[in-house]
Amino acid sequence: MFDFIPKIPMANWIDTLTDWIVDTFAFIFDPLKNEFGDFIEWIADLLASIPPFIIMLLVVVGAFFITGKKFGLAAFSLVGLLFIENQGLWTELMSTFTLVLTASILSVIVGVPVGILMSKSKVAEAIILPILDFMQTMPAFVYLIPAVAFFSIGMVPGIFASLIFATPPTVRFTNLGIRQVSTELKEAAEAFGSTGAQKLFKLELPMAKGTIMAGINQTVMLALSMVVIASMIGAPGLGNPVVSALQRAQAGAGFVAGISIVILAIIMDRYTQSIYKK
Amino acid sequence: MPVIEVKGLSKVFGKNAKESLNLLDEGKKKEEILQATGDTVGVNRVSFEVNQGEVFVIMGLSGSGKSTLIRLINRLIEPTEGSVMIDGEDLAQMDKDNLRRVRREKLSMVFQNFGLFPFRTILENAEYGLEVQGIAKEERAKKAKEALELVGLGSYVHQYPEQLSGGMQQRVGLARALANDPEVLLMDEAFSALDPLIRKDMQDELLDLQDSMKKTIIFITHDLDEALRIGDRIALMKDGLIVQIGTPEEILTNPANEYVERFVEDVDRSKVLTAGHIMHRPETVNIDKHGPRVALERMREEGLSSIYVVDGHRNLKGYVTADDASEARKKEIKDLNEILRTDVPKVPLDKPMQEIIEIIYDTPVPIAVVDGEKLKGIIIRGSFLAALAGEGEVKTNV
Repeated sequence: MFDFIPKIPMANWIDTLTDWIVDTFAFIFDPLKNEFGDFIEWIADLLASIPPFIIMLLVVVGAFFITGKKFGLAAFSLVGLLFIENQGLWTELMSTFTLVLTASILSVIVGVPVGILMSKSKVAEAIILPILDFMQTMPAFVYLIPAVAFFSIGMVPGIFASLIFATPPTVRFTNLGIRQVSTELKEAAEAFGSTGAQKLFKLELPMAKGTIMAGINQTVMLALSMVVIASMIGAPGLGNPVVSALQRAQAGAGFVAGISIVILAIIMDRYTQSIYKK
Repeated sequence: MPVIEVKGLSKVFGKNAKESLNLLDEGKKKEEILQATGDTVGVNRVSFEVNQGEVFVIMGLSGSGKSTLIRLINRLIEPTEGSVMIDGEDLAQMDKDNLRRVRREKLSMVFQNFGLFPFRTILENAEYGLEVQGIAKEERAKKAKEALELVGLGSYVHQYPEQLSGGMQQRVGLARALANDPEVLLMDEAFSALDPLIRKDMQDELLDLQDSMKKTIIFITHDLDEALRIGDRIALMKDGLIVQIGTPEEILTNPANEYVERFVEDVDRSKVLTAGHIMHRPETVNIDKHGPRVALERMREEGLSSIYVVDGHRNLKGYVTADDASEARKKEIKDLNEILRTDVPKVPLDKPMQEIIEIIYDTPVPIAVVDGEKLKGIIIRGSFLAALAGEGEVKTNV
């Protein structure tokens, strides 16, 4: 059936497009790949060179105060981090943390302004919403291919892929948070002669803060879920032992690396949650 | 001298505004236009003037367009047509910068649900209008504190809105509006979210403040009693039109009959409700025990100009007026019988409202509701009209 319709060379077009982008925008990709990549790796190395017990101490004390002087998260962090160190995965932990943190910060830098734009313009919302859906539903592996084409292998394409996958919640929640500000409050801001920027910074962003922080929390979690996938293109970190354990069918080694990711996830989740619950 | 002049102000919600306005010119009704163009007429060619120092009340039921109208005045909603003149400038035509300037300097608004920013303290809320103008921190704090003192909240500056009661929150809303020292205060159902006792206090307080401030106030309400209490003039709105503008006295004694009839038509309460449903508990004095002094005292306490007189079995004897009682006290008359007036407008408990309409505009005193000879209650004009409009407190199981 339908043989009379020739096959649309969609895949070829995308290949051509990717090649064209790589050639044309090399002046952007190359410095990102080299300078930015070096910078990120320098941070990861720096973190790894700090004696683990100092970082543990900072995390544990931080957890104690950020949760309102409770011992739960502090105790969990201490045990969890000691376990990861004990399993010899400390360097990987630092790489993963660097990757997740960088991807999350970039997501927020991109996501919050885009969310604000969306909340202010119906046209922008109509255009951006389907793009966000696309970013979130397209299988994450698919980003890896152009990511490698643009940035070759290593930390940078991992951050790039995480960025695409993890940015949508920040955008959505920022948009939602601003749109949820009640009409009466917006009218109050306007009736007293606020400029657009005054309305945004003095009313809308403070009102939306909790919602935006919930979005950032989601972004951090999604960035973390990309760790294993990113390690398939050579991003260093806790994903690597998972991938190699998969290839060698080593259930134990895979589990240990997996549980380390879970420990990091829980600590980062509770940290970001305590910030937005304040 | 008018501070605000509104001329031919209209708002049509929808995409075919021009067409809808033409249909309005042809005299089409709101529903017909909705069918023809899909547009909703919010406000229809409204014109009025508000004078310096006047409390101008716009009263209407929900859907009458009153909330849209007040937002057209400070352009929170863009007018479709017409002008709003303030100090010779047309607000409806001015560019954004000028509009912002007018909003900052000349117009302030008080909102139904207070519109306070929950993450700001009371002082910071009251400062908001000054803050957006870029006024230095000490100066705006000083002005905001003065405004808060004025509404009696001087000691709450560091609290947050949620820590305050509704009445106090609305005082903050009022202080925020006053801190700018605007020429015109726009009050959108400002007291409607408060419970009745607090509402009455706030009305009194607004009137007290108004005595010293002499602001020009445009006040929106759906509550006729409130309109009658605080308004120097009242505009009655229905279906986006102003049906009548007048002093409370004019509205009561000479209502646009068609409007009252339409109220009756719409709700048809007048045929259903009787005197017993809409009456209030009367203030009385006992003819056997009390003299003019007590009568006068009681009238003063309750803010009445006349009071009903009964005997020990609550049989209605007549009424005395404040003037007569005060005269009698000067002459040292001790017996109420000497100043008793007996030309009492009386209706039985089961008299339908429709038949009371004719009596209520002619009588200088509240109507007495009687069961045989016994006084059961009184009907005053304000609550009568409110009941007719479906807004009063109606006891349905008397």
